[in-house]
Amino acid sequence: MTRSKLLSLLGSYGVVLALLLLILFGWLRYDYFLGFFNITSVLRYNSMFALVALGMCFVIMTGGIDLSVGSTAALGSVVAALFSPQGAWIGLGAGVGAGLCVGLVNATLVTRLKIMPFVATLATMLAASGTALLLADNQSVSVSYESGFTTLGQDNLLGFPIPAWIALAAYVVGWVVLNFTSTGRGVLAVGGNEDATRMMGLPADRIKFLVYLASGGLAGLAGVILAAQFGAGQPIEGVGWELFAIAAVVVGGTLLTGGVGSVGATLAGVLLLGILFNVLNFENGKGWISLSAYWQSVIRGLFLLIVVILQAKLSARSTAAVKEY
Amino acid sequence: MDTDDLLSMTGIDKRFAGIPALSAASFSVRRGEVHALIGQNGAGKSTLIKVLTGYHRRDAGDVAFDGKPFEVSSPQQAQANGISTIYQEINLVPYRSITENICLGREKRKFGFLDWSAMHREAEGLLQRFNIRVDVRRPLMEFNTATQQMVAIARAIGFSAKLVIMDEPTSSLDEREVGVLFNVIRQLKQEGVSVVFVSHKLDELYAVCDRVTIMRDGKTIKTARMDEIEKIDLVSSMLGRNIERTEGHATAFSARDETKIGKVLLSAGNLAIGQIVQDVSFNIRSGEIAGFAGLLGAGRTETARLVFGIDRLRAGEMHYGGKVFDPKRPSDAIAAGMGFCTEDRKSEGIVPEMSVAENMMLALMPKLSKSGIIDEKAQREIVERFIKQLGIKCSGPDQKVRELSGGNQQKVLLGRWLAMNPRLLILDEPTRGIDVGAKGEIQSLIKSLADQGLAVLMISSELEEVIEGADRVFVLREGISVAEFDRAAATEDAVMGAMAHGNAPVIAEARP
Repeated sequence: MTRSKLLSLLGSYGVVLALLLLILFGWLRYDYFLGFFNITSVLRYNSMFALVALGMCFVIMTGGIDLSVGSTAALGSVVAALFSPQGAWIGLGAGVGAGLCVGLVNATLVTRLKIMPFVATLATMLAASGTALLLADNQSVSVSYESGFTTLGQDNLLGFPIPAWIALAAYVVGWVVLNFTSTGRGVLAVGGNEDATRMMGLPADRIKFLVYLASGGLAGLAGVILAAQFGAGQPIEGVGWELFAIAAVVVGGTLLTGGVGSVGATLAGVLLLGILFNVLNFENGKGWISLSAYWQSVIRGLFLLIVVILQAKLSARSTAAVKEY
Repeated sequence: MDTDDLLSMTGIDKRFAGIPALSAASFSVRRGEVHALIGQNGAGKSTLIKVLTGYHRRDAGDVAFDGKPFEVSSPQQAQANGISTIYQEINLVPYRSITENICLGREKRKFGFLDWSAMHREAEGLLQRFNIRVDVRRPLMEFNTATQQMVAIARAIGFSAKLVIMDEPTSSLDEREVGVLFNVIRQLKQEGVSVVFVSHKLDELYAVCDRVTIMRDGKTIKTARMDEIEKIDLVSSMLGRNIERTEGHATAFSARDETKIGKVLLSAGNLAIGQIVQDVSFNIRSGEIAGFAGLLGAGRTETARLVFGIDRLRAGEMHYGGKVFDPKRPSDAIAAGMGFCTEDRKSEGIVPEMSVAENMMLALMPKLSKSGIIDEKAQREIVERFIKQLGIKCSGPDQKVRELSGGNQQKVLLGRWLAMNPRLLILDEPTRGIDVGAKGEIQSLIKSLADQGLAVLMISSELEEVIEGADRVFVLREGISVAEFDRAAATEDAVMGAMAHGNAPVIAEARP
């Protein structure tokens, strides 16, 4: 039993351990890895992914998937940029609102019309991307620099990038919702056994509705940060974000079939994949080897595969141990 | 309406795709009464319950609960209005903790947030009524079926319901646990809570119920006081005909022709796989029904899994057809001519979304296909033959198995293995959760299969089924085969004695 406990512990905290080892590796190997500039730029850049992954985490915990987050973020960035001359808050609200609209469509398709999440969000992914390109007239949309909108993406608060604070706040809220509200527990119950959840009298459809809505809103928020950070709404950004988010969620130990998951581990998953990218950049900088962006993708893919295989092995062993009782 | 009535349902109609599931059914429950609801599969019990709890919408009829018209559109509303249900198949969330499974839907809060420690305390308190002390923080899937069942019951009771519906709550409990459950039911009754008790085990009804309502073909046949109705009347009302029963005969098994029993087909010596199977020896001859008797957790299913190659032996050896037999995976056992109907039809046996034909052909598929392409015509013929031969009630080979009753699902599984022309068939609880009529059919089927030369290893928790059905009974106790009885020696007393106390371990000898 102690052995299986150890294994299950390793299963839940493996991602944190891997993250710490990677940071240790980077710190020992590269001079400026833990330098202020590198830390803040890693956080600033990855905060967008963190927001998208948080929404994805909730969707996946219900046993669903949201493929539309990438193009929703692109749409959010364009809408935010278009509204940014009216003021920073209006730009923010418009971007998030655009994301919520996509989320609302997803939620309706999945819960009311009972369309499979994969198909429903694939459709909205295409639609959102098209809408973003239409609104932006097929080019990037410059934001207003007078309204202070760029503060959201470029400035610091107490030494840390504002996007990182936003992401952190979102994760704290996500953690509290998951662990300390009935809706949060319902999310896990729906993913674990939807029929049983309905029989238990929980509002399964409402719970699923809320997670798709939230995922859309968070993707919109990521889009706002994107626009503020790069000074322009980017209709063609966001390609592959959904895959990065799914990867981070899975690396964080959330089961793709739903029912088991963690907000904290998802954040660790985002940081792990983000910092891996960062380490590869540093390695390039050392000049020993030269890896193109394509190779970096290959390496990240392999890494994801290793994590998933390890997880499968760990969970197989710990359930085997449990079964012997 | 009787003023004592807590619940009164009258003239209830419900159709599915035009086919009536309930027609003018009625049902009433008094305050503080334990009311049995029985009937064959497809009689409409489950539909009636689901109509009551708002899972299905009724087409016609009136429901009054607690003196008021009762209109709910979801189990959640029913729950909020005082009706809690424990469904037949345990409907919980395996990955989540016991506490969550008990408290989901009525969480305790503090400052608007979940109060975990209060919820853990509540879960512990409710389970203590069943004398169960477990770590309620652990995921439910780590616990055995009986504990899971108790969690389901604790959950229902926790809703401070006026009416608790229990749909076959005892099917996964052992005798001691059933006793505990009955105490809880009596306790509920004293508190004025009414209980609707659905069960196929007639003795249980007499032990705990006040009245009984019998349903057949979607209609209410009869309501009577338990102490005024004979077992035979219950059964005949359910079946709708007077069935012939020999005195003291509770199953459809009848005496067997000993000459039909051949040579030893499978012999197993000192099988072991850790705690749960420590030392099990037995043998089966072709044309023989060998029964495994034992309490829950005696290692019967686990032994069968070893024979079928699902789990690997740690010690001991098997001989099959005169040769050493060491299956590494189920396909080895299937190739050797074995079939295994599992106890857990829902998760290990049927594929609910697939058709009757597809389910039946799953195991046979490799044999029926030529270079990977399935021979549709041959498949069709086999399926139709078995539907007829086993008397499977379905609209046709293309009906989804999910839509069949438990008894018919079991027959589909039987058909799956029979289509392989097996020499040995392992049946784990072949009649669990199946109504009395279909049960008899399956029992006669098992006997006629053995008469045709099939060796049958039958695991059953119903004593009478093993005693009357098996040519030899092997009793397992805590992972050890403790006794072997032939048909003449296998009396209820002898077998129960061995189950409870155990004898010196027997070494099964090969008989001529």
